[in-house]
Amino acid sequence: MDWILNHFWLVPAIPFASFWLILFFGKRMPGKGADLGIVALGAAWVGSAWAALAWIRRPTTGSGADSLRRYIEHNYTWFNNGQIKIRFGFHADGLAVMMLVVVSTISLLVHIYSVEYMRGDVRYTYFFAALSLFTCGMYVLVTAASTVQGLFGWELMGVCSFMLIGHWWEDQANSNAALKAFFTTRTGDIGLLVGISILYFGAHQTFNWESLNQQALSGKIDHTVVLWGAIALMIAVIGKSAQFPLHTWLPDAMAGPTPVSALIHAATMVVAGVYLVARTYGVFWSAFSIGPGTHAHHGVNILAVVGGVTIIIAAMLAFVQDDIKKVLAYSTVSQLGYMVMALACGAWVGGIFHLFTHAFFKACLFLGAGSVSHSGSHHSFDMKKDMGGLRKHMPTTFKTFVVASAALAGVFPLAGFWSKDEILLSSGRNGYWWFTAVGVVGAMLTAAYMTRCIYLTFFGEYRGHGHPHESPKLITVPLVILAVLSVSAGWLNAFGLHYFADWTRNEVFVAAHVKDYPFSLPLAASALGLAIVAAAFAGYFYVREEFKLRGLTERSSLAKAGHEFLLNKYYLDHLYTGVIVKGIRGPIADGAYWINQNIIDAIVNGVARYSRLAAQFVYDGIDQTVVDGAVNGVGAGAEEGGIALRTLQNGRVQFYAGMLFAAAALLGLGLVLFV
Amino acid sequence: MLLNEFLFLGAFLFATGVYGVLARRNAVLVLMSVELILNAVNINLVAFGAFRDSVVGQVFALFVIAVAAAEVGVGLAIVLLIYRNSRSIDLHDVDVTMKG
Repeated sequence: MDWILNHFWLVPAIPFASFWLILFFGKRMPGKGADLGIVALGAAWVGSAWAALAWIRRPTTGSGADSLRRYIEHNYTWFNNGQIKIRFGFHADGLAVMMLVVVSTISLLVHIYSVEYMRGDVRYTYFFAALSLFTCGMYVLVTAASTVQGLFGWELMGVCSFMLIGHWWEDQANSNAALKAFFTTRTGDIGLLVGISILYFGAHQTFNWESLNQQALSGKIDHTVVLWGAIALMIAVIGKSAQFPLHTWLPDAMAGPTPVSALIHAATMVVAGVYLVARTYGVFWSAFSIGPGTHAHHGVNILAVVGGVTIIIAAMLAFVQDDIKKVLAYSTVSQLGYMVMALACGAWVGGIFHLFTHAFFKACLFLGAGSVSHSGSHHSFDMKKDMGGLRKHMPTTFKTFVVASAALAGVFPLAGFWSKDEILLSSGRNGYWWFTAVGVVGAMLTAAYMTRCIYLTFFGEYRGHGHPHESPKLITVPLVILAVLSVSAGWLNAFGLHYFADWTRNEVFVAAHVKDYPFSLPLAASALGLAIVAAAFAGYFYVREEFKLRGLTERSSLAKAGHEFLLNKYYLDHLYTGVIVKGIRGPIADGAYWINQNIIDAIVNGVARYSRLAAQFVYDGIDQTVVDGAVNGVGAGAEEGGIALRTLQNGRVQFYAGMLFAAAALLGLGLVLFV
Repeated sequence: MLLNEFLFLGAFLFATGVYGVLARRNAVLVLMSVELILNAVNINLVAFGAFRDSVVGQVFALFVIAVAAAEVGVGLAIVLLIYRNSRSIDLHDVDVTMKG
């Protein structure tokens, strides 16, 4: 049973193989490569499910909150560089297995969905190859035993997201979005490299995750080193998981095909940052003094602040978007803020449980939005121009979308309710009441903007110009599966049940004494109540024409200014392109040009002038007289000698024979006389 | 032991061979003169070998005979080709083509 856990490398190997197979043979296959991708992901899904079963059946040690399944890790030497041995390995524990199941499930459904959604695309085969490689990158990250290997998967995903976001690169906007995503995440990746290096030298030269965590928790690494390492890693998380202030790439990444958005937002890429925090939790735990009662003495927990700020600012932005995918994108940013904040507030189980449930309902929402644009709004994503009233035309899409939205808003008893509650509860009990409040506000905003989104898309009058109809089975079946999972996934950790916590708990969790709290009815009920109030308010705002607050942005200058501020996304893009990039292009580039012209060129010209003088001297003094003299002398000598000796070569054979005998006679004479 | 007589015979044969090589114009006769030179050497080798009561001289002589046979084979083949090209085996006719 444990065979798969001992051969964990198989799971990333399958999509890696399918990537090459699709690339080389995809076009000749009956399904143009999609069949290869689906078979490979199916196999990877079986492997993941098998790994999950094997993991659950592993014997436990300890009891209650200390009960533990021992991880399985196999390391191999990658290369040996003198004293330093770089190893790669595969680490199987509850967190990795849980991630595998999520990634495999979402990726498999996205593959199936894409068969219909991408039908007739110019780069259909290439699209499936890239999907395989993208999934492989996430697998590599979650199965890795060391930070270097994790970095490998991390960057692989960066490249694949670039390829997939810019899939329709003929359109300039799409290729710009791909570049923006790539460069913004690369900015964060610098932090990852720096963090890995700091921790490597701080932790007595190891890249191994388990060892890093244990050393950080037991205080074997100096606290300052851990702090700087954690801050560097946090920058990586901010870039990859689209946290404030580097979140701007994610909404632009909507330029890619919708299945890719679903994959990026639910299972791969953006959750990589959250996974990094969960995996390196020992380091973050001790760096930011996350534990209950300790944070009061050690200043500010920056990671929690980043997460909390992200929740609110992203949720506010979701209100002013007309593009359905952008609403969902800002929603993802906000929910990622939740996960990061949860991990930073000591709610480890809550954070990764939210990752788990969020994957299902966010994938469902994205695929639902894709279904709407595919069959309802003639490939447009504009809710105000091309949608509205679609509930009659697309009943299955409508139902699944509503279920997933309810799950996202945290409606009892759907998945989002349980995971959100877990976060609010644990962070509150750990003493982070302010962040619990932020979470509750975030939940209210979520409920309200999702109500707006559903209203604009599915209610009212149809505003588009096409002939809306329900999508085919290849699209609706994945939607239904995801909707069912959005309903049921939360019950793994509902009240009285803590399967999820038991299955994912690992050594770091126990060593750090992360607390697990029982369900609290008042908190859950008040959070749910507030979310429902917010949703009802938003619903009322849109349904009742004569509602007083409608048109407020036209009447009140303050509200209008706020609206403008949100429409311009807090002017962050203006800051990045207008100030930072322009600053680099303008004065800094001018300065660099001046230095280039006046200093570097002067040096180069000076060197060139003296080189010419020296070269002239060498030419006149040495080359022409000494070297040429010697060469000419040898030549002339050879010529004169040749002229003299030529007379001997008269062509008379018997003269030659005479010379021969004469020479022999002379030699004989010499022999007789001198020896 | 009659050593000197053999040496005189060898010297006579050698001188005759050298004269033949340098003076005769017929290529075949030149080759035959070369054989005379080689056999002069053979006589010296066998004579010195007998004088010193050793078989080494005779062994060397046998080697020389074998090599001489090969040399004559190659030499006659060259003469044959020269004859085919110029319808003559006069060395003075060959001289022009041998000029370097």
